[in-house]
Amino acid sequence: MNAPTMADLAAKGEKPEVLFWVGCAGSFDDRAKRVTKAFVKILNAVGTRFAVLGNEETCTGDPARRAGNEFLFQMQAMNNIQVLNAYDVKKIVTACPHCFNTLKNEYPDLGGTYEVIHHSTFLQQLINEGKIKLTGGGSFKGKKITYHDSCYLGRANNIYEAPREVLQALDADLVEMKKCRTTGLCCGAGGAQMFKEPEKGNQDINIARTEDALSTGATTIAVACPFCMTMMTDGVKNKEKESSVQVKDLAELIADAQGL
Amino acid sequence: MALLQQILFLISLGVAGFFIRKRVLQIRSTIALGKKMTLTGSSQARIQNVLLVAFGQRKMFKKWIPAVLHFFIYAGFLIINLEVLEFIIDGIAGTHRIFAPYLGGFYNFLMNFFELLAVAVLVACVAFLIRRNVLNIARFHSAEMKNWPRLDANLILTIEIVLMGAIFTMNATDQILQTRTDHYTPTGTLFFSSFLMPAFEGLGTSALAVIERFAWWFHILGILGFTVYVTYSKHLHIFLAFVNTYVAKLEAKGHINNMPVVTNEVKSMLGLTSAPAAPAEPGRFGAKDINDLSQANLIAAYACTECGRCTSECPANLTGKKLSPRKIMMDTRDRLEEVGRSIAAGGPGLNDGKSLLGDYITKEEINACTSCNACVEACPVLINPLEIILEMRRYVAMEESGSPAQWNSMFQNIETSFAPWKFSPSDRFNWSKD
Repeated sequence: MNAPTMADLAAKGEKPEVLFWVGCAGSFDDRAKRVTKAFVKILNAVGTRFAVLGNEETCTGDPARRAGNEFLFQMQAMNNIQVLNAYDVKKIVTACPHCFNTLKNEYPDLGGTYEVIHHSTFLQQLINEGKIKLTGGGSFKGKKITYHDSCYLGRANNIYEAPREVLQALDADLVEMKKCRTTGLCCGAGGAQMFKEPEKGNQDINIARTEDALSTGATTIAVACPFCMTMMTDGVKNKEKESSVQVKDLAELIADAQGL
Repeated sequence: MALLQQILFLISLGVAGFFIRKRVLQIRSTIALGKKMTLTGSSQARIQNVLLVAFGQRKMFKKWIPAVLHFFIYAGFLIINLEVLEFIIDGIAGTHRIFAPYLGGFYNFLMNFFELLAVAVLVACVAFLIRRNVLNIARFHSAEMKNWPRLDANLILTIEIVLMGAIFTMNATDQILQTRTDHYTPTGTLFFSSFLMPAFEGLGTSALAVIERFAWWFHILGILGFTVYVTYSKHLHIFLAFVNTYVAKLEAKGHINNMPVVTNEVKSMLGLTSAPAAPAEPGRFGAKDINDLSQANLIAAYACTECGRCTSECPANLTGKKLSPRKIMMDTRDRLEEVGRSIAAGGPGLNDGKSLLGDYITKEEINACTSCNACVEACPVLINPLEIILEMRRYVAMEESGSPAQWNSMFQNIETSFAPWKFSPSDRFNWSKD
């Protein structure tokens, strides 16, 4: 698939408009890789001049920082900033809210200042600019979709509307969970919880959140974060609803609707 | 007799002032134990937070029933204090309703307005007692809301009801006395307290005078005593909430504070600085005890009124984990008070062999946090329990290497494979080849 690296472009003396920061989940997790590919298809279809770092990309350090290992976070951050600054990167888009938050809010403290944009906002802009045209009456028309807010997009960065506007463009019937936007319930993976078993309790958080989503009667749970994707997919499986309810990232929904 | 009352009043003021001053100084000195805070961003944005969030109660109105009731008490507190000014002048000068002759009809309006507010306060306090004790509202019955915190909440509401009762008693008896002797300055009809007049009309003039004076003394001594009590109580939020909204973080909620000490070390390890790194600060990485937290965190602990909106939104708490963001704030304050008391008594203070992490807050609690910011979003006065949790995780990870085993594996994966999972870094770009 056409995904040029920064190194390829630099060798030709070129610079992309935007760097697509893929993230570890988007690079290694099989489910999240499908989101990465869907987003790349969209970028190619609309003709955005983008590039990725390929093997030069490394973990932003987000889970290390949130688990308390500041040394490891800063080692990762400094190394990444050196790479990004060496390529003179100005604008970054990413499909991972955790990478987004770290790059946008935390790298500036360490000398890495970029215009960082999450793919939900990026997709919304493409729709608004008419670069993505969704003809009404597509396959989502009248179908119930609920959107699960990612904490790192929503409360952490006040991005609540962009993902919803993307979904509305699909002409679907967007139904909200009782806890949404500022009071959206976490999927349970943030703060490095993705990488360990939960503490003792009476329920797993992703099950509680899946129950919220299923109770809307939606047949599609839209997410905008690879960790939410894992947690909600596991939740739907736990409830044995995987044949009737799908968990999809915004980029996948757009790519599907575009027939990409 | 009048002179004796004036002397007693001055003594009361002096005693209350002494205890209030002592407590204010002690609270200030315990907050000073924290790390100096650096207030980033514009002071204009901070003032805006004070005006909108503290004065304007903006975040309270997310839950409108308690918001309206709370607003009654809040407005009552701010405005009825004008009447307390008259109490104090009367008490010192030995006068009675000193403003009445000067303000005339406006005095009648003011007193009626104060009575209206007092009724609102009374209604709100009764409603709050019912909400807290009769209705089954989960956040008032969590594990940390037993014993003192529960008693404290009920005491505050009861004291406020009794204080309002004293105002009505005083005004009712005063109005009867106005008809019997010309010693009592006419106030005009005071609407709400006039309903109580029939209860007192059968009494003799001297008995009424005693009741009126008793109610006056009860109200003013009650207020002075309550002010001292407030400094020991969660009710301290009436002052510290304003301070807290000023010092609260302005950055996006997703931002975690940088550790410049670590930056210096990492830079020198990577050879990014020519000069040797500045000598590391004597002190710890992260927070084990209150002196490792910033002064802003400690102000927040005193600003917390234990409403529990944070805990009722916390995904970990909602699914039965031990973590409760409210308890994090309550524990921080309890530890501050413990250290403060010890220092004031010439004791060991911070070196008492105890610490916030371990003796108050457990690793199980801080490990359960998803850093989702639901608690931060929920707090009506911009308290940030997440900052304290993350500082403690830093201590555990960097000073104790005591993080959960799976996190240690994740750290190792990032160190060796540059991803939190154990994949070969050379496979990172394989997705493009499928």
